[in-house]
Amino acid sequence: MNIVVCVKQVPDTWSERTLRESDSTLDRDAADAVINELDEFAIEEGLRLAEAHGGEVTILSMGPERASESIRKALSMGADKAVHLVDDALAGSDVLATSAALAAVLSQIGFDLVILGSESTDARTGVVPAMLSERLGVPQLSFASKVQIDGNSITINRLADYGYDTVVATLPAVVSVVEKINEPRYPSFKGIMAAKKKPVQIMSVADIGVDASQVGLANAATEVLSFAKRPARQAGTIVTDEGEGGSKAAEFLAARKFI
Amino acid sequence: MAEILVLAEHDGEAVKKVTLELVTLARRFGEPAVVWTGAGAESARARLAEHGAAKVYIAAAPEYDDYVVAPKAELLAELAKQSSPAAVFLANTAEGREVGGRLAVKTGWGILTDVVGLDDDLSAEQVIFGGAINVKSRVRSGTPIIAVRPNAISPEAAAGEAVIEPVSIMVSDTAKQARITDRVVQQRGARPELTEASIVVSGGRGVGSADNMALIEKLADSLGAAVGASRAVTDAGWYPHQFQVGQTGKTVSPQLYVAVGISGAIQHRAGMQTSKTIMVVNKDPEAPIFELADFGVVGDLFKVVPQLVEEIEKRAG
Repeated sequence: MNIVVCVKQVPDTWSERTLRESDSTLDRDAADAVINELDEFAIEEGLRLAEAHGGEVTILSMGPERASESIRKALSMGADKAVHLVDDALAGSDVLATSAALAAVLSQIGFDLVILGSESTDARTGVVPAMLSERLGVPQLSFASKVQIDGNSITINRLADYGYDTVVATLPAVVSVVEKINEPRYPSFKGIMAAKKKPVQIMSVADIGVDASQVGLANAATEVLSFAKRPARQAGTIVTDEGEGGSKAAEFLAARKFI
Repeated sequence: MAEILVLAEHDGEAVKKVTLELVTLARRFGEPAVVWTGAGAESARARLAEHGAAKVYIAAAPEYDDYVVAPKAELLAELAKQSSPAAVFLANTAEGREVGGRLAVKTGWGILTDVVGLDDDLSAEQVIFGGAINVKSRVRSGTPIIAVRPNAISPEAAAGEAVIEPVSIMVSDTAKQARITDRVVQQRGARPELTEASIVVSGGRGVGSADNMALIEKLADSLGAAVGASRAVTDAGWYPHQFQVGQTGKTVSPQLYVAVGISGAIQHRAGMQTSKTIMVVNKDPEAPIFELADFGVVGDLFKVVPQLVEEIEKRAG
């Protein structure tokens, strides 16, 4: 089975994240860069499925030069090879352009299964898996908390507010995962050493037949007009419980008409 | 006046509150035309009319419930072709965003997600990076597709005709690839849905065990609230994953958010920072969650919460 896991490098949630004054895009230099957390669950699921059913795991990442660090980490977890889509023309791409570029790579390299995290921690749009499914014309199996493959048939539990739906489809398919699905492994020392020798294919927009005038910040279908740091909340009233904390909390709720 | 297409979210009978919020919002920009898939439109029609819906498109075919997302996107694309709306509004739920994303691919129109407010020119307010930054953005290609965060807008009454217009559009085979074979409903009870609730009570690591989450539920029930949980709680298996509030879980924006035994790491704050009023109970006075609190109690939650519940019940008579 040919499994492709899409990996996005994002600013670390724990560092100070901001936008650039010049073009209102993510300031990638201001923060530490890591693999999008949910993508680690996608990598793990890809590795487990390949271990159970045979096949190869390819990492696909679109991002600047620096994303190669995240690609190496994904390879050190055990993926076999990687494709790095890197091109200045892609900088500032919105979800439409990103999904178009990823779909173009996927069509070119082929796949039985594409796995992604259900959303990224930076943009948090959660739409790229659905967009890939739409563009590739394959089933959308998103928000999966469980994946089972039997021959050509794939079944997932799709997490919902009320519980989950069981969803059945035929491969090839696009799957997005939630963190409930597994426990991502840490790269072993052996894995880290092996990753250094694993092939990473570099691709540009020209290589995948995407028109540079359709992608990037200047051609995005949406734009940021302005941004500002959110003002801090006004300091509230803090009391220390000396036997009446609960009563005081109730008084506060009553004063605000919640009870 | 142009239509604003509003994709309804519902449970087959009742319309969800977020849809009424979207209809309320839509009135500012055109004629709200609700798009209802599957069963239940007749029973919900009055509620939609009360909030100013001018029209209700009903696509009652079972395919909309039987297959994941794609048939709904197809329907919206077809209706958009016919009615040339000024905008398409969806709820910023997992499904709303996905329908919007597929619609964006079909049309080439831009999509904005997790919108918390709209200006008169349809430029949108968003709050990003865990509540750290306010952003103003807009769609500049095609008709704006806008996914609005539940609870960001207050639903307001206004009379509408809610004229029913049945639509039967053939669902393509491509849209019928991911078939829903079973729906498993876990532990819903009588509580409101997490993202829709006007009050949310969440428990964190300090709660200590799955059994102790009953205390959080008890407080929630005394307030008519939904129950949420921090990542620490769902990771530990103390409470089901779908109740997680935070960056990798749900984003909530209730009138009142009560954080119990939650330290307030950025991962959690990202999911609740835009709550209107925030109350905190935590034994650690240094916990960062207190920075967000309108009212905070430093103390043992196992003493404070039972007393709070007792007081609430006393006042409720």
